[in-house]
Amino acid sequence: MSDLTRLAASELSALLRARDVSSVEVTQAHLDRIAAVDGDVHAYLHVSEAALSTAAAIDAARGDGAELGALAGVPVAIKDVLCTHDMPSTAGSRMLEGWVPPYDATPVARMRAAGLVPLGKTNMDEFAMGSSTEHSAYGPTRNPWDLDRIPGGSGGGSAAAVAAFEAPIALGSDTGGSIRQPGAVTGTVGVKPTYGGVSRYGAIALASSLDQVGPVTRTVLDAAMLHDIIGGHDPKDSTSLTDPWPSFEAAAREGALADSLRGVRIGVVKELDSPGFQAGVTQRFHEALELLTGAGAEIVEVSAPHFEYAVAAYYVILPAEASSNLAKFDSVRFGLRVTPPGGGTVEQVMSATREAGFGPEVKRRVILGTYALSAGYYDAYYGSAQQVRTLIQRDFATAFEQADVLVSPAAPTTAFRIGEKVDDPLAMYLNDVTTIPANLAGVPAMALPMGLAPEDSLPTGFQLMAPAREDARLYRIGATLERLLGERHGAILGSAPALV
Amino acid sequence: MSEITSETVKHLAELARIALSEEEISTLTGQLGAIVDSVAKVSEVATPDVPATSHPIPLANVARADVPGTTLTTEQALAGAPESDGSRFVVSAILGEEQ
Repeated sequence: MSDLTRLAASELSALLRARDVSSVEVTQAHLDRIAAVDGDVHAYLHVSEAALSTAAAIDAARGDGAELGALAGVPVAIKDVLCTHDMPSTAGSRMLEGWVPPYDATPVARMRAAGLVPLGKTNMDEFAMGSSTEHSAYGPTRNPWDLDRIPGGSGGGSAAAVAAFEAPIALGSDTGGSIRQPGAVTGTVGVKPTYGGVSRYGAIALASSLDQVGPVTRTVLDAAMLHDIIGGHDPKDSTSLTDPWPSFEAAAREGALADSLRGVRIGVVKELDSPGFQAGVTQRFHEALELLTGAGAEIVEVSAPHFEYAVAAYYVILPAEASSNLAKFDSVRFGLRVTPPGGGTVEQVMSATREAGFGPEVKRRVILGTYALSAGYYDAYYGSAQQVRTLIQRDFATAFEQADVLVSPAAPTTAFRIGEKVDDPLAMYLNDVTTIPANLAGVPAMALPMGLAPEDSLPTGFQLMAPAREDARLYRIGATLERLLGERHGAILGSAPALV
Repeated sequence: MSEITSETVKHLAELARIALSEEEISTLTGQLGAIVDSVAKVSEVATPDVPATSHPIPLANVARADVPGTTLTTEQALAGAPESDGSRFVVSAILGEEQ
């Protein structure tokens, strides 16, 4: 039953609950698909040897009449930035090659407790630094739509796995767009929750004030169901919010059924509707706005004048926090150790290890962060960037007085070619212009497919942003838009190349 | 223009404990110069009346009850170490010969 891989997690859930299929069958179908296509796509760094036995255990529990969660028995892929006690967790780096953590990240632990079946670990830019997955130490992931193109980054592996039907759903992490931009360029759905909405415990840190774990799926409903499982307060993360959260699944189901968006104010961010974006992206974005208008929503133009400083602020704050977080790779407690010829002090061993274990982008950002935090430059760079962060938060606050959600294209272009920007860090950084503001302000944001660009027949993504703690609004409005877009374009991934 | 020279990069690499090659220092000097010039625009709008934000959603005094919980065993804690003697991490000499 190879078409099991074509079903959404919500559909698999219904079949599993009705006992029309077993988790072993669903899991085997995905393992077969991985075996057939991952040689080309390279979405996975590690495929679990325990997937079938985990699935069998869920089937047995269901047979015994156990109370199981909504997605019990559904397979899931996990970005390699998340610690898993039974699989290597490398974050795409040679520094952690073969490292098996002694514990599970909280989102992973919650998925296991809910009966999901981990299929394996997905490829990513090293330590989540990048927008193309080309900075993985283990080679790039390829976009299932065109194997010569990037799948986005840093979570290109999770997005490609879901787009290529190698997993129905996956976990990602989003520091400046690493869930949403891969979603946009692979035709998948990605959500960055409100900062603090999902625990960061066990997520190998890039920039702690920006990182957020979230779902990578093919439907808005699946993202909501996965978010329900992984979210909520975790005492192991001191930045975890204690707020009670509504059911995101209920919000998505309500949105999918809504026949009108009357009374909903959609704010188009003027600064993110740029004439510099690819023409087909802009065209699909404006068509989506027309669909929203047609459903009764009110479109308002809002201005966020400081968003033009967001990329600059981000590339000060991120390297600064990363240079501090990556200091833990000292060749003592875990990971690689390289001893210089003839031996050396612990400091010389550490320097040789970091030279050998970090790739070029990681070195670039650690050095940049060290500069931004160094005496004499701290105020001009890091201090100013933190002030810009305040200005961007104020822009959001003003905009959300005029609109219930803010919208923009999720990425300025469709997928670019592998190798096109890898040697030009500044060009690569500008790819995150649409996604970074939400991270700086901590607000939730979603990317969902809005059709193929006419000029290259590659996926484009629509971004929705909501005020902090209003993630449910994304699922409600996102599900309505998804239905409207589906009526217009059909299922986006239905037209993706078969790969085999 | 930025003031990033190869000497700056060499110094930063020492602070960051990365033994960069000469070739890497040369490449990074040019790249960092361009990046620093580009991000310097943050100071354009950072007037003194704007407070800094270090954290997107402010939280204060997050604490837990001071009770012992389960921790990693020694074996678990050492399992990923490049070198250990069974109960401790093994490291190289902390001081060089001349010290």
